[in-house]
Amino acid sequence: MSRGTKQKLAFALLTAAAVVVVVPVLLVAGYIIWRGAGAISLEFLLSAPRHGLREGGIFPAAIGTVILTLGTAIVALPLGVGAAIYLSEYARDDLLTRLIRMAIINLAGIPSVVYGLFGLGLFVLFLRCGTSILAGSLTLGLLTLPVVISTAEEAIRAVPQSFRVVSVSLGGTKWQTIRHLVLPNALPGIITGVILGLERAAGETAPILFTVAAVYLPRLPRSVFDQTMALPYHLFVISTQVPGMPMTLQFGTALVLLAFVLSLNAAATIIRSHFRRRRSW
Amino acid sequence: MVTGAMPPASLQPPPEGTCDAMTTTAVPSKIRVENVSFAYSNAEALRGVSLDVYPHEVTVLFGPARSGKTTLLRLLNRLTDLLEGTRRSGRIYLDGQDIFAPDVDVAELRRRVGMVFAMPIPLPMSIRANLTYGLQLKGVRDRALLEARVESALRAAALWDEVKDRLEDPASSLSGGQQQRLCLARILALEPEVILLDNPTSGLDPISTSKVEASLHELKQRYTIIAVPHSVQQAARIADRAAFMLGGEVIEVGTAREIFTRPRDPRTRDYVEGRFG
Amino acid sequence: MAIEQQAATHAVPVARRRRLRGETAAEALVRLSGISVIIFVVLVFVFLAREGIPAFFEVEVGNLLGTRWYPTVGRYGLLPLVTGSLLVTAGAVLISVPLGLAAAIYMHELAPAWLREILKPLIEILAGIPSVVLGFLGMIAVAPLLREHLNMPTGLSAFAGSVMLAYMALPTIISVSDDAIDAVPRSYRDASLALGANHWQTVCHAVVPAARSGIVVAVMLGIGRAIGETMAVLMVTGNAARMPDGLSALFQPVRTMTATIAAEMGEVANGSVHYHVLFAIGIVLFLITFLVNLLASVLMLRRGTRRDQLLE
Repeated sequence: MSRGTKQKLAFALLTAAAVVVVVPVLLVAGYIIWRGAGAISLEFLLSAPRHGLREGGIFPAAIGTVILTLGTAIVALPLGVGAAIYLSEYARDDLLTRLIRMAIINLAGIPSVVYGLFGLGLFVLFLRCGTSILAGSLTLGLLTLPVVISTAEEAIRAVPQSFRVVSVSLGGTKWQTIRHLVLPNALPGIITGVILGLERAAGETAPILFTVAAVYLPRLPRSVFDQTMALPYHLFVISTQVPGMPMTLQFGTALVLLAFVLSLNAAATIIRSHFRRRRSW
Repeated sequence: MVTGAMPPASLQPPPEGTCDAMTTTAVPSKIRVENVSFAYSNAEALRGVSLDVYPHEVTVLFGPARSGKTTLLRLLNRLTDLLEGTRRSGRIYLDGQDIFAPDVDVAELRRRVGMVFAMPIPLPMSIRANLTYGLQLKGVRDRALLEARVESALRAAALWDEVKDRLEDPASSLSGGQQQRLCLARILALEPEVILLDNPTSGLDPISTSKVEASLHELKQRYTIIAVPHSVQQAARIADRAAFMLGGEVIEVGTAREIFTRPRDPRTRDYVEGRFG
Repeated sequence: MAIEQQAATHAVPVARRRRLRGETAAEALVRLSGISVIIFVVLVFVFLAREGIPAFFEVEVGNLLGTRWYPTVGRYGLLPLVTGSLLVTAGAVLISVPLGLAAAIYMHELAPAWLREILKPLIEILAGIPSVVLGFLGMIAVAPLLREHLNMPTGLSAFAGSVMLAYMALPTIISVSDDAIDAVPRSYRDASLALGANHWQTVCHAVVPAARSGIVVAVMLGIGRAIGETMAVLMVTGNAARMPDGLSALFQPVRTMTATIAAEMGEVANGSVHYHVLFAIGIVLFLITFLVNLLASVLMLRRGTRRDQLLE
């Protein structure tokens, strides 16, 4: 075989690999839309499930997922941005910093189901939050923390050092400089990072299994100590635990969940590219 | 009160090498640098530097690259604090007050001693916001006062006529020369006492350069100016008083006339005459 | 003038003290946020240990190391679960590493710029699909396909799990490999081409070997992701806790550690032996992923790879 033929063959294989990677993504999205679109109606989106989940809609689960996503943001945003500010603006190259960096990497590697166990052990049982939105949000918040910290740190570090020097030379203190100059300029990057973190949290099932998720709770939660339904867990339940479940409802649920998660992704992408074009440095 | 605040310049014998300067003026120095040595984490930058800077004069620090000019400039408003692993000895007095004393408010010091950097660095905000930034951090909320300062600072920096109708535009939309004058105006808005100019005309066209140089003569009526010039020629054009620096030391200090027409140290003479540099 | 300044500096102290206090408080607060990350890791371990360590006293070691997982009759053999996890993970790595590497090379070397701009977001979308959605599709679409075409009694098998996990690990592997290839100095490539090698020979003999350490990191991170994945695996592997016997086991139902926790934790009484053993499995998972990620991070930091890839 000549080396020209070899190259052609090799390149054909590489192209095939790319096709094998990408085409299923399109198939998955297309298939879910095709099979699920029929289920989407105002009734499906705005009513509670009925008749052993086999009829009705997904309203409480959808609202639950939105609430949990917000709860996750409330937990992960201040902690994550705080840690990112510390790492980028204050931390010296010392043992503490190295420990924090190792901890972040370690936290990022913990399997989601282990987060679920941890949330059960600490928040639900030890701190007596019970199976609740509070416990679920805290668990998801911790899971999201590494992504938020690393993207926020990157965004903060991207603000040119010379701006900080100018701010200080105009009589700004360190914190004033961070608060009035660095953070506003890093904000788009930070928001992008937070949304990407939330994208992951919104789709997670394992961490909420034992900390917040209810199989069936037609009313909306009344406080953070309530349980709630959530879309990922709802999809799991109706696709594995409910015999005779109509397929359209399953696909409809999958479609709504996928749409929610991917719209977060799209929002992050739009914010990122919008501000990248606008900024002057 | 006044005697208590009197600068040590009038109480102590002047450091060596500045006798000339002292005899030509009876005014107490605005800034007194006393035997200052400074080293970055990896290199020595200043060795036993002493210098007096007098009010309402343009004092020029000149010398070849890496002679310590910029380092000395940055020490004067403690921008060197931003770096880690530096070592410093000696004292610097502003109006007789040790600027490194523990009770000094560094932010206030930097408002009194403002710095214009070699590269124009407009902050990523509007022209107006660039000018009010320092004041707002100081806690000034009064709209009318802010407006007044914006206008007076821009006028003093000879920029008002060019930007008065576009104050909300991003500062980055200005030309290089305008940006540098904006940076000067940004300092003036704080009504400082001393202005540090680190090679403020680098990268500017000749017209902008002469505008900046011309404005110095106006500015020194109200401020004390210390500048690191672009060249010996520029030094000679703008200086009332000059210090020649070499290898982290001040070789010679004197009035501009002395330094540029009849320098006493052969190294100064060689440099001024362009034999090295 | 001097008098004025003196007056000013005397008037300032109250405001200045307040500002200094603000500075100190702000720094303390962000430092605390940083330290909290360490505290959380310690807390995770402490609470896994608190609920999981009792298992090692309540159940004999021989039982835990046994091959039978029947909690209802007191058999807590972890081996089938561990081997199940390893089997599914190994399958996933075997699929995703060559595929991901090839796709990364394609994107880097062959794809025109406009195509790359389409491929990148698609791979981001793949990374964003929730595992429960992939599991759902695996159950109703992939498993039946496998059953028909591979002539299996049920499509729900280790292999189905491996395929799911492979796709979930692909975005990480592609992104890390792409960066590794990107980091290969231009001169290597030029030297190879100058010696008369064609494009493919250059990729094969100069680019990929130079990117090897980065590719190893990609593999490690892929393993880390795959072994901890839960929902997709729970839904498509058939959940039979049996010891794999040879290669054919890949096409039979298995049960992983993660799936076991997810499936059974909801039904056990808090504080029971079974409950403690499930936490003990969590400890095992925590330790495995900790080691894998530690290794990857050491390799990565040595190479200076972007930190955020560890976190995807």
